[in-house]
Amino acid sequence: MTNNSLYTRRRIINGAGLTVSVLAMGFGLFWLCWILWTLVANGLPALTAAVFTQMTPPPGSSGGLLNAIAGSLMMTVLGTIIGTPIGILAGTYLAEFGQRGWMAPVTRFINDILLSAPSIVIGLFVYEVYVVQIKHFSGWAGALALAILVIPIVIRTTENMLRLVPSTLREAAAALGAPQWKIINFVTLRAARAGIITGVMLAIARISGETAPLLFTALNNQFWSSNMNQPMASLPGVIFQFAMSPYEDWKSLAWAGALLITLSVLTLNILARVLFRQSSTTH
Amino acid sequence: MSMFSLEAKLKRQALLDLAFRSLTRVSAFGVLVLLAAIIASLVIGSMPAIHAFGFGFLTSPEWDPVNDKFGALIPIVGTLITSGIALLIAIPVSFGIAIFLTELSPRILRRPLGIAIELLAGIPSIIYGMWGLFVFAPLFADHVEPWLNNHIGPLPFIGEFFMGAPMGIGILTASIILSIMVIPFITSVMRDVFDVVPTLLKESAYGLGATTWEVMWKVVLPYTKVGVAGGIMLGLGRALGETMAVTFVIGNAHELGKSLLNPGNSISSALANEFTEAIGELYTSSLIELGLILFFITFVVLALARYMLYKLGKREGQAA
Repeated sequence: MTNNSLYTRRRIINGAGLTVSVLAMGFGLFWLCWILWTLVANGLPALTAAVFTQMTPPPGSSGGLLNAIAGSLMMTVLGTIIGTPIGILAGTYLAEFGQRGWMAPVTRFINDILLSAPSIVIGLFVYEVYVVQIKHFSGWAGALALAILVIPIVIRTTENMLRLVPSTLREAAAALGAPQWKIINFVTLRAARAGIITGVMLAIARISGETAPLLFTALNNQFWSSNMNQPMASLPGVIFQFAMSPYEDWKSLAWAGALLITLSVLTLNILARVLFRQSSTTH
Repeated sequence: MSMFSLEAKLKRQALLDLAFRSLTRVSAFGVLVLLAAIIASLVIGSMPAIHAFGFGFLTSPEWDPVNDKFGALIPIVGTLITSGIALLIAIPVSFGIAIFLTELSPRILRRPLGIAIELLAGIPSIIYGMWGLFVFAPLFADHVEPWLNNHIGPLPFIGEFFMGAPMGIGILTASIILSIMVIPFITSVMRDVFDVVPTLLKESAYGLGATTWEVMWKVVLPYTKVGVAGGIMLGLGRALGETMAVTFVIGNAHELGKSLLNPGNSISSALANEFTEAIGELYTSSLIELGLILFFITFVVLALARYMLYKLGKREGQAA
């Protein structure tokens, strides 16, 4: 009899625990759906052709987000171009040359910390070492801050992906007499290409939504500017400014921008995963 | 002659090898230089404030730009409280989601549901902020905060934390939104470390008649506790440094009220709001010192997180 009641109690606890687990899953999905629904409901009506063709308006009038979109694109692309090669090279070092010595473990540890370091501090850093020196905010400073965010992500994925490459590949190339730089550049990095591209895409997704590091570096710019040496508008920066404003026109533009940015970030995220999955099944 | 050219070729390749290795080494070294440069620039930038206020900066609740008197207590406390409450909510939810995804979910749904949770981490923080300010906060003010006032408010001890004007924005709102943002990070680490548990262990427990819950609670969790703790610390590190979402909903008031419904401030939101408008060396420098404090706190938390995860990783290596 006591055995039976113990058994029932265990089953009840199990049932309750698992129910809570299902509820937790629902809890997570609930927020995702709610946020996405809000974005579509508020952003879609505001997403007119003018958003892509006109500049950000002065308070109380209508306009678009063209200069902000262009600024975001330029800074994101430049940040990626600066950060990616450094990240791939450093990741290569960790995976291929870092077996001995203190440097690789220490670098890996520091890099993992920088990976989740607050991005606003990176903004402060670039402000201190660059903006203060040239005495004005600039698009370059924004790109630099974004590049610093890209580097740790690319290092992490490059190292992970290179470690997945079977060492028989390296040995085969070495047996054919290839020098190490050729083995790495033409065999291992090439074999890990899909994974590394995935990492770069995730890095782009991360920086294209970043606001905090741009606040003190690129600042903002109400007008069209393709001069990287001048303050530059960015989509997240404009969203921040417009959403906090009391003007209805600005707010609806902010929603349009929010929808745009979320769609592109989530598309990049999903694409990166699909791409990596395909490449890993074909190998 | 051919021997000679072969030798020259080999020499050239050896040189290229050396050049390539040095290039990668310099890039990796760059990461260390970057860290050193970040710390150095923040320390140099905050020197005027350090000289003016000393250690009193950490304990003074004063924030008075007009009279050039600054103290970091309120933003520090705000940062710690919001992150702490966020973890209280996020830990059980992440644990539930991780159990669901590793043990309960049908195989076909596992991947899409996993990606859906990861997408929560992909949504930019400014979007959480906008949604929080325009959608979540008004609903929270209309429906949840009056209830908290009426039902939790009269309770002894904890009551006073939930009494206050239902404005929607404040410490509690910021904490809830932060918790949603860190759930994917904690969940992802938990899933990873749960996968580390040898199937043999789990199957033995099942074979002895343990229920799924007992296997998770008494086999998987004890085996992975270091890694789970690491994941939680990682989530904490994220929450501490989160800027835009908090800036939208915390209210940005340099006040230290008892109630969680009151507006407050966090280090990152103070920086985001005030830095570009700060006039005068001492004001700017105090804000940079806030950044230095934030970097220090997150650095320690993240270092602990990584240490714990490495420890689990090592054990996995030994077991294999």
